[in-house]
Amino acid sequence: MPPVSCRISRHHYPILRFAKRMETQHSDFASAAPIFSLSGISKSFPGVRALHNVALDLYPGQVTALIGENGAGKSTLVKIMTGIYQPDGGEIRVSGSSVTFPAAHDASLAGITAIHQETVLFDELTVAENIFLGHAPRNRFGLIDHAAMRARARALLFGIGADVDPETLLRDLGIASKHLVAIARALSIDARVVIMDEPTAALSHKEIAELFTLVDQLKSQGKAILFISHKFDEIFRVADRYTVFRDGEMVGAGLVKDTNHDRLVKLMVGRDVGLVFPKGESKVGGFVLKVRDFCHPTEFDSISFDLRAGEILGFYGLVGAGRSEFMQALFGMTSPSKGVVELNGKPVEISNAAQAVDQGIVYVPEERGRQGAVAGLPIFMNVTLPSLHVTSRSGFLKLANEYDLARQYTQRLDLRASSLSQDVATLSGGNQQKVVIAKWLATKPKVIILDEPTKGIDIGSKAAVHAFMSELAREGLAVIMVSSELPEVLGMSDRVIVMREGRIVGEFSRHDATPEMLVRAAAGISEQAA
Amino acid sequence: MKIFLRSREAQLIAAMLVMVAAIAFRFPAFITPTNLASVFNDTSILIILAFGQMVVILTRCIDLSIAANLALCGMIAALINVAYPDLTLVVVVSAAIIAGALFGAINGLLVWKLDIPSIVVTLGTMTIFRGTIFVLTNGAWVNAHEMSDRFKAFPRSTFMTLPILSWFAIIIIGIIWLVMTRTAFGRSLYAIGGNPVAAVYVGIDVGRTRFWAFVLSGALAGLSGYLWISRYAVAYVDIASGFELDVVAACVIGGISISGGIGTVGGALLGALFLGIVKNALPVIHVSPFWQMAISGIVIIIAVAFNARAERKKGRIILKSAEAKA
Repeated sequence: MPPVSCRISRHHYPILRFAKRMETQHSDFASAAPIFSLSGISKSFPGVRALHNVALDLYPGQVTALIGENGAGKSTLVKIMTGIYQPDGGEIRVSGSSVTFPAAHDASLAGITAIHQETVLFDELTVAENIFLGHAPRNRFGLIDHAAMRARARALLFGIGADVDPETLLRDLGIASKHLVAIARALSIDARVVIMDEPTAALSHKEIAELFTLVDQLKSQGKAILFISHKFDEIFRVADRYTVFRDGEMVGAGLVKDTNHDRLVKLMVGRDVGLVFPKGESKVGGFVLKVRDFCHPTEFDSISFDLRAGEILGFYGLVGAGRSEFMQALFGMTSPSKGVVELNGKPVEISNAAQAVDQGIVYVPEERGRQGAVAGLPIFMNVTLPSLHVTSRSGFLKLANEYDLARQYTQRLDLRASSLSQDVATLSGGNQQKVVIAKWLATKPKVIILDEPTKGIDIGSKAAVHAFMSELAREGLAVIMVSSELPEVLGMSDRVIVMREGRIVGEFSRHDATPEMLVRAAAGISEQAA
Repeated sequence: MKIFLRSREAQLIAAMLVMVAAIAFRFPAFITPTNLASVFNDTSILIILAFGQMVVILTRCIDLSIAANLALCGMIAALINVAYPDLTLVVVVSAAIIAGALFGAINGLLVWKLDIPSIVVTLGTMTIFRGTIFVLTNGAWVNAHEMSDRFKAFPRSTFMTLPILSWFAIIIIGIIWLVMTRTAFGRSLYAIGGNPVAAVYVGIDVGRTRFWAFVLSGALAGLSGYLWISRYAVAYVDIASGFELDVVAACVIGGISISGGIGTVGGALLGALFLGIVKNALPVIHVSPFWQMAISGIVIIIAVAFNARAERKKGRIILKSAEAKA
């Protein structure tokens, strides 16, 4: 990516103007005082103490990683920093002076901006309108200057290496591109503090690398960055400092160069957790699933593979490689144009999800909130939704049976909930994921497809999900795992299939696969060229 | 028990008790068992329709044609009665229910197969149904003297001191309660409203389930059509005109979330009763008919405001009883 400043005139663009100002104010960022600091912050909700006496300092030109399990209070902290929640006690200082943020607008004026986990943008507006909503350039009549807005949007997007036309509607973009738009929006506001809440969760390998370049660029402009992530390799790649939260309290902070993986994990969970992905040995049995020449007019082409009992088959690829689309077709959500599926040697016809579940193929989707959990229904009813024919007696539902079934499977997954009658929406992301997995296991499937099973969940839940996947394989279940996390794919899979642009471009056994090989295949880099 | 006291149903019961007590303070006759039974009887049709509407609203749809469907089915029942006065009532009532279900099926098919928003579909069919009555009768009324005595008398005749009309409502309460809490169909209605995408993954056919919700709503409207016509002993184009809004209001008061997925049979029942008491009590305390409409409106808005507040509350414990049993 070319440096921005060479191409774009400094005069017109707030980031660059700001960068210049920072250069004159702080010639040496590393030794500067914190530009933003929190001390003694507490926040409680009815029945829950979300934050207790926490402190956080952000330095200009530095990236501070905020680390903690789901439910550790990170999101609450972000909401306090951006004026959405008011703290019960404590002090917020910006550039040394004490401030309060009665509303989100005040935090924005103080130069604090957040790029959220699930970014809130407007699907029906154009990219440029999204970037400049609320602070659009005006012409001399006080009306929105569309030409200037488009030009500035184009420059901002170019500056972050986003190949996005400012005039496309947001709804036509993929998740990764939407993320870049959100970043451009953050940059369009003259932000001094940029909060990135799991910015890489939806991004592919290449996009993550680009994001890091972008983070470096923001650092060089003197912005203070709060980087929230579950992925340790990312933290060690971009962060200068770290702060660890556990159960709403700050349990450690310091310089990243003075610590290591194990120490951080120990701080986070307060106990030792094996960082390695523990795929145990399982006896690989006979063929369960055979897919031959599965095609779709637009999403994927001639997919063929076999899957054995007790095997975990990893599907690796970049976002948009067609993996999820293929899995959805296999599950009967969309119809393929041609292809044959054999289950236990018999060809099966699957044209909707109900048939797939009947045949013993289940799919745990990637977007839990949107595709998995049914908010408003209690946990146990979520679990039994596809198993009602089992728990019912002569056509009538038996709540007690449902409760038993749900308890059996949620216990195996170590679900943490005060009661199975609790609304599933009140659970943390990791626990919701467990409910969704429990729901599918309760149908006693032959093949389980897990799409990004640990995306965005904390490390404790992750280890539990991984251990559980090994156990499933040991019990003879055939597992397909779609994952974009290299360590997960390499650690958990017996075999890895790599997809690119809707086609299978490589198949590797557990022992042969190296991270480099997978990334090369996924990105389409041949051995010779590299 | 503590959970029940905090529930929306308990709040509604409390509000109704306060209201009834206030009315009784001025007009003690209002709370005699006879009068309360007659209030229930008056509200029976609203209760039955509220269940139909609830089933549809739970799936994130709405049935605005429910009152027009009632009027059309009522007219069909009346015309059958005029043409064949000796036909047994079972056939007439069944015809009304089947006709209602068919009209509901039209709504359902349009929502399911053409993917048109239900508010548009049912706005359309609402006028079509009313227009059909006009076509069937050329705008003429079917008056009391044209209907057979049995046709008119049946809902009023009493069984165990209660009119048959009330018994219809009670039986429907039982059936709907069973459907909503004890059948997979009932559960799938909640799943669709709570998260349509997740419902698809579970293997629930969202379109087909919505179709059946509309059929059920239509069947209940058909039954209500006969009950209404025979009770008031007159059938014409504008029967129950605007009643669909009362039905939606009863659901909303009863805590059925307009955005789907949340609502109970008890809630819908209490919502209908609440509205029924208000409507019956206002004339008793000599409120002018013009003010009656305004007051009903205010009550609905207050109820919706409560509802919005209740929905924001998280961490509700639902169905504690199942946990106790297990």
